[in-house]
Amino acid sequence: MLPLPELTPENTAFWTGGEHGELRIAMCEDCAHAIHPPQLLCPKCHSQRVTPRAADGTGTIYTFTVNHQPWIPGMDVPFVLAVVDVEGAPGVRVTSRLYGAEPDAVRIGQRVRVGFEASGDVWIPVWHASEGETA
Amino acid sequence: MSALARAAISGVGMSDIGRNTNRPAILHLAEAADRALERAGLTRADIDGIATYPGKAENSPGMSPLGTGEVRNALGLQTRWHSAVPDGPAQMAPIMVAAMAVMTGQARHVLCFRALTESSSQTAGRRASIAGAGKAQIGGWMSWLASVGALSASNWAGWMAQRYFHEFGMTREHLGMVATGERQFAMMNPMAVMQKPLTMEDYLGARMISTPLCLFDCDVPIDGAAVVIVSAADAARDCRLPPIRIEAMGSALRSQETWDQRADLTTMGSHDSAADMWSRTDIKPHEIDVLGLYDGFSIFVPMWLEAMGLCGHGEAKDFIAEGNIGPGGRYPVNTGGGQMSGGRLHGFGLLHEVCLQLWGQAGERQLKDPKVGACGMGGGFIAGSMLLRRD
Repeated sequence: MLPLPELTPENTAFWTGGEHGELRIAMCEDCAHAIHPPQLLCPKCHSQRVTPRAADGTGTIYTFTVNHQPWIPGMDVPFVLAVVDVEGAPGVRVTSRLYGAEPDAVRIGQRVRVGFEASGDVWIPVWHASEGETA
Repeated sequence: MSALARAAISGVGMSDIGRNTNRPAILHLAEAADRALERAGLTRADIDGIATYPGKAENSPGMSPLGTGEVRNALGLQTRWHSAVPDGPAQMAPIMVAAMAVMTGQARHVLCFRALTESSSQTAGRRASIAGAGKAQIGGWMSWLASVGALSASNWAGWMAQRYFHEFGMTREHLGMVATGERQFAMMNPMAVMQKPLTMEDYLGARMISTPLCLFDCDVPIDGAAVVIVSAADAARDCRLPPIRIEAMGSALRSQETWDQRADLTTMGSHDSAADMWSRTDIKPHEIDVLGLYDGFSIFVPMWLEAMGLCGHGEAKDFIAEGNIGPGGRYPVNTGGGQMSGGRLHGFGLLHEVCLQLWGQAGERQLKDPKVGACGMGGGFIAGSMLLRRD
C-alpha cells in the first residue's frame, strides 16, 4: 500500500480534483503563473490570489523510468513512472504512473492524458498513453 | 587566501564498515572518531564542537541512528557548540556549519560525523531508503513522489538519467565505465566493501532496478561511520598532519525542493552549488587533482563532473570514455571506490578519501602528490560543494 498524501490547504484541490475528473493546477490570478507543487502564494509576483484551475488533462512525457524492483510487499512490477509536462500549465510537471503502454514502447515526447484512481480520501492522478500521438 | 581558508580539516576517520555487521552504531562511531583523533594528533578533550547530518532520524531504518546528544554522551565530550543539520547543503551541511563555527570562534575543533546502519536494518526485514515506507500518510516533498509509486530515489535518478540519455546520447556503457572504474579503485582499498572484480559484461548483464539504472548503478547500503574534524586554521597548525584548507564552498540552490520540477533535469542542485563555490576562489577547475563526487547513483557522477566545470553540458560521456576519472586518469573520482563499491557513507566517505589522498595516506591507490581536491555531495535538488587544498 502506497502512502497517501497528507491533505493541506495548498494541495487539497490537486489531490481531490479527480472526484470531478479534473486535474487542478494552482494558477496565479494576477500574473497567470502556474505553481506546482501548489502553494498559497505566487513565488513570481507574490500575489495571494492563487486559485486551482482545471487543466485540460493532457500532457507530454518529459522523461520516464520503468521500475523493476518491488520496493514493498505486493508491488506489481514492472511499471512505468512518467514525468509529464502539463498542457496549459507552463513549467508544471506532474509525475505519476503511466498506463496503456508497454514499458519498452514508452518514449519521451509521447502524448498522454490524465485519469484518476480513488484511494482513501484522495484521487491520485495517473497518466494514460494516447495512442499514436507524439508531440 | 580566501576567508574560508581560516577553516581546515585536521583529521578524518572511518570505522571498519561492512554489511550486516549487527554492530551497534555507536561502536562504529567511536572507532571512526578515535581514528580521526589519532590522525589529527588530538584527544577527545580537544574536541569542543560537534556537528552531524541529519541528526537522529527514524524515518528510514538505519539511515541516521545517532544524534549529537548520544555521541556527546558516549564519548564524554564537553562542547561549546553543537549542531545537527537536516535542512542544508546535503550531507556536506555539518562540515560547512563547522567551518563557520571555527571561523567565528564558537569552537576550535569540531567533530563532524555520519553513522549509518542501513545494512543491518534491512537484514532485519525493514527496507531502508524508501520514501514514506510503512506510513499511511506522508507530507512534504516526498509525498509528490511516494503517493504515485515513486518510492525509491532510484526512480527519481532513473528518470533524470533517461532524459540525459535522450538529450546527449549517453548509453549504459558510459555509466558502466563509472561503476567498473570505481570497482577497480575499491580493489585497491581494503576498507571498501565490494572487492570482487566487476566487468562491463557483469554490469550490462545486471538486473534492472529503475531504467536505465541497474543494480550496479546504485550505491551499497552498509553499516559504518565516518568522522571529519574541522578545526580553526591556527589550531590545525598544531596538529599532526598539514592542515587541509577549506578554500571555498558553495551552497546555492536555484530550483524548487522537488525531483521533477527543475526546468532542466539533466542538471541538478550540484550545478548551482558548484558555480557558487567557483565564484569564491581563484583556483580553476583544471587545477583539481582529485575529486569526491556523490555517487548514490552512477548518473550523478557525470552530472557532477559538468557541475564542477571539468567539461561542458552533455560532454561528460566523452570525458568519462576518454578515461579521465578512473585509475590512471587525469581527474580521478572516488578513488576509494565511492559509494557504489566502497559503501554508502552518505558523502562522508568520499570526503574522507579526498583527504587521505591530499595527505598521501591512500595506500596502493595513492595519486602522485595531489594538492587540490574537490568534493560534491548530494543528488537531485540538494547539493553542497567544497574545494580543498593542502598547505
